Order: sequence, then structure tokens, then C-alpha cells
Amino acid sequence: MTQETVAPPAPATTTIDPFVDELLDTTSAAEPTEGDVTIQNYTINFGPQHPAAHGVLRLVMELDGELVERIDPHVGLLHRGTEKLIEYKTYTQALPYFDRLDYCSPLCMEHSFVLAIEKLLDLEVPIRAQYLRVFFAELTRISNHMLNLGSHVMDVGAMTPNLWMFEIREDCYNFFERMSGARMHHNYFRPGGVHQDVPLKLLTDIADWLDTRLPQLFEDAISLVADNRIFKQRNVDIATVSREDALAWGFSGPMIRAAGVPWDLRKSQPYDVYDRMDFEVPVGTRGDCYDRFMVRVEEVRQSARIMKQCLAEMPEGPIASSDRKVVPPKRAEMKRSMEALIHHFKLYTEGFHVPAGEVYVATESPKGEFGVYLVADGTNKPYRCKIRPTAFSHLQAMDFMSRGHMLADTTAILGAMDIVFGECDR
Amino acid sequence: MRASAPRWATDLNSATIEAAHAALGGALTHATELVGEVQLHVYRDNLVAALTALRDTPGLEYQQIMEIAGVDYPDRAERFDVVYNLLSVTRNHRVQVHVATDEDHAIPSVTGIWPVAGWLEREVYDLYGVLFEGNPDLRRILTDYGFRGHPLRKDFPMTGYTELRYSEEEKRVVYEPVQLAQDFRTFDFLSPWEGAEYVLPGDEKGSLPQAKGAQTPLSADAIVKADAAQTPTTEPKASSEPYEKSTAESSGDTGAGKPHPHGTPEPKDPDVVPTPNADKSGGQNQ
Repeated sequence: MTQETVAPPAPATTTIDPFVDELLDTTSAAEPTEGDVTIQNYTINFGPQHPAAHGVLRLVMELDGELVERIDPHVGLLHRGTEKLIEYKTYTQALPYFDRLDYCSPLCMEHSFVLAIEKLLDLEVPIRAQYLRVFFAELTRISNHMLNLGSHVMDVGAMTPNLWMFEIREDCYNFFERMSGARMHHNYFRPGGVHQDVPLKLLTDIADWLDTRLPQLFEDAISLVADNRIFKQRNVDIATVSREDALAWGFSGPMIRAAGVPWDLRKSQPYDVYDRMDFEVPVGTRGDCYDRFMVRVEEVRQSARIMKQCLAEMPEGPIASSDRKVVPPKRAEMKRSMEALIHHFKLYTEGFHVPAGEVYVATESPKGEFGVYLVADGTNKPYRCKIRPTAFSHLQAMDFMSRGHMLADTTAILGAMDIVFGECDR
Repeated sequence: MRASAPRWATDLNSATIEAAHAALGGALTHATELVGEVQLHVYRDNLVAALTALRDTPGLEYQQIMEIAGVDYPDRAERFDVVYNLLSVTRNHRVQVHVATDEDHAIPSVTGIWPVAGWLEREVYDLYGVLFEGNPDLRRILTDYGFRGHPLRKDFPMTGYTELRYSEEEKRVVYEPVQLAQDFRTFDFLSPWEGAEYVLPGDEKGSLPQAKGAQTPLSADAIVKADAAQTPTTEPKASSEPYEKSTAESSGDTGAGKPHPHGTPEPKDPDVVPTPNADKSGGQNQ
């Protein structure tokens, strides 16, 4: 953090600030009482290269001593023009861009996009594929929350829980690698289903992990901070947000639930097989940073519960739609069938055509409502694909949430928001 | 609807359209339901009143604005659509509000109704150049400091006009016009039978003005309606079932029992092409 500007010099004739006038000798200073120091506002840059800024966030902060008076977040330093690029790609080619939006929860980003395409195509997805999607979306949620909870506690001064939760995250990434072949950018959910089936051994390994390693490591890590005096002093009653504010500022996900609104798209607007899942929606009572933290902690336990239920119920069967005009055939089929070969070629060059229409499809990503507003014009490329990031509305609330708090609290507020700039800046 | 997209209270769609007609009155140009989603098209000047009514009228109650999206249709007189996606957490319902505008006419800002609209409008301004009247802070938000142009307009090239690099001589980042080492590769994969609009090289004579190609015939909405109308039937088997084996009806089809067409004996190994002195030196493939 560097000091950027001192209060701007005012013309000698005006009386904007008595302190400035005093400096300029336009007025005779009143006798300051002994020991008083006159404090003037100053502006500092927080980021874009600050480790607690969670990426490339630049906060221009106006401080009164150590109190935050105003925050002007500058975003867009990671803007890559994803929406423009998508307009020039076929639907299949556009899918990997979604992994790169919120790179901490890539599968949940893909989820909105494939659901939007399927809604326009009115394409039915086999039940096993729906289970697989829900299963791995919840694993993504655990992996995302591990990063967020860990970095949140590190932002307010604790070190060990972060290391332990990174262990869990590493496990998740190993599972993802076995699922799709890639650790981060999976490109696994496809319109019509998922890319490939998973081996049974992977599912049994995850089942073992859910029963042993996850609860051990996670509960250990959380037990260090959840009732910790210092952690509570840094988080309780910091940046309280009322229900009305949460609604007006477009909050979603853990942010709106911590404010006391029981709103979870997995419950209220279920997609895939979430309507069959039995889980609870944690809700905060005070709407402060501690509540946001604890809502995420409980969500991890509920995600594990959903995953166990998926494992118990997941049927055998196809993992992608049999509609060959959308879902390309498998390699083995291509070796023997001319028609499969033609379909494969056409789908990977021209791609499938999506009928004209406009849909807004939003899913519950780990960070909140992640939406895709998709305008199709009947060709093989999206006419417009507007991505609704969660971080955009949350980060905008940074100003009113941190007003009047100390400078050191901004890291806690930012950590409890769970912002990733790949998604915010697109 | 067969797709497993989020299932919200779409049964309220028609009631919502009626309620919107009653509450918005003349502000509404038309309201439709497409692909299971309600679209309300609103006059630009009445936007703030309409959205306030959508938020405050009992029976509509759209408490949250989730998204403001711009869409560019360069062929239209008012080329931009600005789409407001509202969400009601009490009725579990979503609605799209569409407003049309062009480069010059500002849209009234809705920051007075939802403070979150501030950044959302800034984004539409940044990417499309749509003006919002009454937004207190209408700066660019996503593009670079000092950026020119509005990149998501359809007439803005995907590569942009400038590129930046770090100059070792000047010890700073410099901006330069875009130089592409090769042409931007856009392949038109649209099937020529569906009326691709390009002319192949050498084929210019035949390039009489054509109608825009036959695109995918149905709209998504028509498909959804058709599915709702017809009862679910059994899915036909995957059409790419390999090798539909058929039996020959007559020997005329297969040539069975006839002498070889060229009068030469068939080679033992079909991959080996026989040479004139094959018995001495073996096939040429050896």
C-alpha cells in the first residue's frame, strides 16, 4: 500500500477545509489544545498487487486516520473480453471459457451455460448425467469453500487452518483430474450430459474420502477458528448487512443467506436432480462477516451430505443424451459407423444449431447466483452471451459495507465476500 | 419442458403478464412469454415508473435486479436492447424487461430503485455506449483506463484496434495499432445447403443476391410448445446404430457365383497387389 495523494491544495481564497486554510495562512488557526494532532484525510491504493486483494482488485480508499470513509473499487484489470470471444465461437468451443471465469469453481460456471443451451434446445438429459453433474458441482463447492475459508482466516491472521484446508482442496483437485483429465479447467459438463462416465473406483474413493479425510481435516481446521476469540473479534459485527440492503444490492448465495434470507436456488429453483436431494440451507442471523464465514462452513457439510446421497442413488445408464444432432458420438462408435463419423465431423466443425430464443438461466454457484443470459439466433454461434457474475454486485457493496470500519477490517470484509476476478472481470 | 434447467414458478407466467398489464398500463408496449420466460417490453421514458411498479405492486414483487444486459442489433433503427432481469424471492419468479434505444438517446437510470444498478449500467455503457441518464457515476468499468470505443458492439472487431506491450527501450507499457501476423481466421462452417452467404473464389458469377439462408427452422419457443402439446413418445433409437446388416435378395446384387469381373483370380491376401512374377519374388509389399 502506498500513499498516493495528500489532500489537494485549495485556492487561497476559498475555505473548503479549515486545515488547508490554516496551512495556507488564510485564517489564523484556533489555539489547538495541547496534544491534539489534526488528522487529514488521505487516499491510499489497496492493490492491485496486494495479496489480500484476492487477485487484481484495486481499491482506492479514502481514510480518516484508520477509518474508512469511502472506497472506490476499480475492477476490470482481468478483463479478457470473454463475452465478445464467445460470440465468435460455436457453442461447444465457448464452453471452455466458462472454466476460466471463476477458476475456483469451474464446473459450476459450466453448469449455467449448458443448462441455458439445453433450455433453448429443449434437450433431455439422462438421469445419471444429472446425478454426475450435481455430484461434481457439490465437490466443486467444497473445493471453492476450502479456498475461500482458508484465505479468509489467513486474511485475519490465522495460518494453520489454511494449510489444512488446502490439503482438502488438493484432494478435490486429484479427484477432478481423475474425472476429466484436467485439474482446473475441466470442460466436463456438455450440452446433453457430461463428457464421459467416471470409473467406479473414483466414486468409491470419493465416498471413502467423504467419510474419513474430509470431516477429519475440515472439522479440525474449523475448530481452530470458529470459537477463537481473536477470530471473532475480527469478524463479529463487521460489515453487518440488513435483509433490505441485501435485496437492494443484488446479493445472492452465502451473502444473502448470511443476511437472513433463506434463498438458495438449489432449493427454490431446482435444476438437474437437486429436487431429489435432501439438504438444509444455513441462514445467518446478524449478517456480519462471521455469519458469512459460518454459512459457508455449514454449506461444506451440506455439500458432503448431497454427495453421499448422490452416491447412494446414482443409477447406471447413459451419461449423455442420445440426440446425435447435439451430442457427438464416442470414438469407438466412429470406428465402425459412417454416420457416427459424419456426426462427429459436423459437430466439431460446424457445431449444432441452437434455435432462436432468449433465456436467462441462473444456478447456485458457490459464490452466489451465476447467470447466463443467452440470445440465440438459430445459427451455430451465440448471438449474445451475457454472463452475470456474482462478484459484480457484491463488490459494489464494498463501499457501504466498509464505511466507518477500520482499514484492517477491509481484508475481512473482502475475504468474506469470496471474490474471484476471473469471474468479476470476465 | 424436458430440459433440466432451473424450475421456478413458470405457472405464474400468464398471471404475471396480466398483472403487468394492469400495473404498468401504457408503459408496456407488449408482453410475451417465450421459452417459458416472460418478456415485458417497456417504453424508454416510462422505465423507472414501470420498474418501480414491478417492485412495489403486490402480486408482482420483484425485489431484486439480478442483471442488466445489453444486446446489439445493428440492423434495427434503435439498435440496442437493454434487458433487465428481475427476480422475486417471494413469488419465486423471474421476468425480463426489455428497453430499446440507440447511441444518442439516454435511458433513465434505475439506481434510485436498486443501488446495485450503478455498476450494471456502467458496464452496459462501457461495452455498448448506451447512456444512462441520472446515473451518478457513469464511468467505464471493465475496459482499460483510457480505452476508446465500445467493444461489444457488433461493428467492433474482435481483435480490437490497439495492443499493448512492454517496451524495453522506453521502460514502460506502450500501445500500438494491432498487427496480426496472419489474417483473423473465421471459418464459416454453416452448411452451403442452408445458404451460406459467402462466395467461393472463382464463383463470383453465380453470386446473385440471395435470400438469407434457411436457418434452423424452429424457434426455441416453438419447440417447447410442441413438446408440451404432444405427449412424450418413445424416443427413437440412436440413428447412428452401426451397420444395419442387410441380406442380399438375389445373387445379382452380390455377384456371388459369377466369374470375377476382370477374369483374374482373386489374390490370396487382398492387401498384396500381385505382380507379374509374383511366384518368384513375392509381392511388392514385402
